[in-house]
Amino acid sequence: MGFGSRRVRWSPTEPGWSFDPTEGGARLVLGGDWTIRTAGRLEQRVAEMVTTLEAPAATALARIDFDFTDVGQIDTAGALLLDRLTATVPEERIGRIGLAEPQRVLLDEIRAAVQAPEVLPPKLSPIVGFLTALGRYGVSLAAESALVVQLLGGVALVLVTAIRHPSRVRFIPFIHQLERTCVNAAPIVLLMSFLIGAIIAQQGAFYFRRFGADLYVVDMVGVLTLREIAVLLTAVMVAGRSGSSFTAELGSMKMREEVDALQVIGLDPVEVLVVPRLIALMVALPILTFLADLASIFGAAVVCQVYGGIPTETFLQRLAAAVELRTFLVGIAKAPFMAMIIGLVACSEGLQVAGSAESLGARTTVSVVKSIFMVIVVDGIFAIFYAAVGV
Amino acid sequence: MTTDDPAGDLAADEPILRVRDITVGFGDKLILEGLDLDVKRGEILGFVGGSGTGKSVLMRTILGLNPRRGGTVEVFGHDLDAIDAATRTGIERSWGVLFQHGALFSSLTVLQNIQVPMREHMKLSQGLMDDLARIKLALVGLPPDAGAKFPSELSGGMIKRASLARALALDPAIVFLDEPTSGLDPIGAGEFDDLIAKLRDTLGLTVFMVTHDLDSLRSVCDRIAVLGDRKVLVIGPMSTMLTFDHPWVKAYFRGARARGATARGN
Repeated sequence: MGFGSRRVRWSPTEPGWSFDPTEGGARLVLGGDWTIRTAGRLEQRVAEMVTTLEAPAATALARIDFDFTDVGQIDTAGALLLDRLTATVPEERIGRIGLAEPQRVLLDEIRAAVQAPEVLPPKLSPIVGFLTALGRYGVSLAAESALVVQLLGGVALVLVTAIRHPSRVRFIPFIHQLERTCVNAAPIVLLMSFLIGAIIAQQGAFYFRRFGADLYVVDMVGVLTLREIAVLLTAVMVAGRSGSSFTAELGSMKMREEVDALQVIGLDPVEVLVVPRLIALMVALPILTFLADLASIFGAAVVCQVYGGIPTETFLQRLAAAVELRTFLVGIAKAPFMAMIIGLVACSEGLQVAGSAESLGARTTVSVVKSIFMVIVVDGIFAIFYAAVGV
Repeated sequence: MTTDDPAGDLAADEPILRVRDITVGFGDKLILEGLDLDVKRGEILGFVGGSGTGKSVLMRTILGLNPRRGGTVEVFGHDLDAIDAATRTGIERSWGVLFQHGALFSSLTVLQNIQVPMREHMKLSQGLMDDLARIKLALVGLPPDAGAKFPSELSGGMIKRASLARALALDPAIVFLDEPTSGLDPIGAGEFDDLIAKLRDTLGLTVFMVTHDLDSLRSVCDRIAVLGDRKVLVIGPMSTMLTFDHPWVKAYFRGARARGATARGN
């Protein structure tokens, strides 16, 4: 295989090369700009050149001169490719012609940088990887349980302190959190419950009418909303609304070392950050549930009047007969427990946020999903409990 | 190559960055008023000024991150208000920025951070990008195993270096550095300065550096600009600073700390 005088034509800034074997050696003439803008095309050219240089006819040559005279700009990307090129020829057989001093310095820098060892992450077999992931998950589950217990203990401790030294209660943060979780949430909870009450009444009226049992719709709405629907949907709304904001707040404070700052100032992050939120939520959810009860019954009454032909007076008489105080208490008694679960999940997820923005997003998602799920589990446990005690 | 490489359009003796009559304010408070500034090709310009005088605001205004009330910014001879989107992209490829706190993307590893500009702006093979990112890492003096780490696992000095590596990813014509050596130990800061000087010498980089580090100002900066009273008070080499008659400039360059830095240099 012999070398012809191979020339590739390029516009002035396009990189080019030609290879001229002479007696005893060869000259590789390079041209054009060797920068990151031309690097995509250069990489292919360099691959071609390397093939040429590694061919037996070229390796037999005593000396190869790289002619840089026509080379324009060189940046680190170009220097890397030039280094790839010159690395194919042993150093003692290389000559460099027309290389400007700054370019020589740059090439030396790149040569030194290229020789830094590449660090690859250790490769694991899938089984080991799976077991590692499983183990990590178990450890994180244990750590999370410990954190939840710690938070719960912290809350209990603060409550005990509050009873013994009422002056040490952090009243203002509690009121602030109550405003955010209760007062600000009231309009949306009222609207949602009104619609839910109206929808249940409309559906109920539609079916009960077939049996001529129109009036039983009042019983259904009263018992269903007071016992189950109002508290459950309010808890879901609060989990999405306040739970997510708790996680995001505590998480970003954790990321910016604000939680650590509290610690070294001598304040207990659980007492300062978690307790006001948790207590506020436990006060807020019963209040919101009560509002939701009122709104859904009002919604049902409006629908019965307009759509079902049941006058409001009749509706109220029927309601008084169908529900008793116990029905209302059975529903609202669940609210503080659901609030506690939402608050604990939200705060513990927030305090587990690691350094990245992605982790904050993931924790917030987990917080909402987990607290809504736990709210439904708590509701189920209460259903079993009430059935057992016969209410 | 007109819009693809805006840096290439500029004559050699024209300033790479020309700021004219810049006015920036927030609310009823003016931060900068009628500010003029030229940055020459291939120079390292140090930018100093008291805290809160608007050094970072000026940098952000040049980069188009802050709104300005008046004035023009010309980068590579292009008025930033009068260019089309393609030229704007071209300019954004040709400048690199090191933010004060690094601003590395927290969900990407260091190597992935460095590859973000390459991936978005260039058509390069993955192998070449990997090699390039590793070279940048070595150039800024980070150990090879730092590449696989996430920003939250790095120390403050390593974050600065990784962020510089990202700023240099596309071999820009000009880099803006916002307090690059703050938070570094004096030896690390000295290495950083050497690195900047070396990059300027080998790559022909122009450097706009906001700094408070007197050692950096003395050792690597070709010219120093002092910001005060909402404009550039004085611009010139260190010798000009030492003779300029302004209370703040005097206190800064001829105070006790400055004398210490100068004495160490002699």
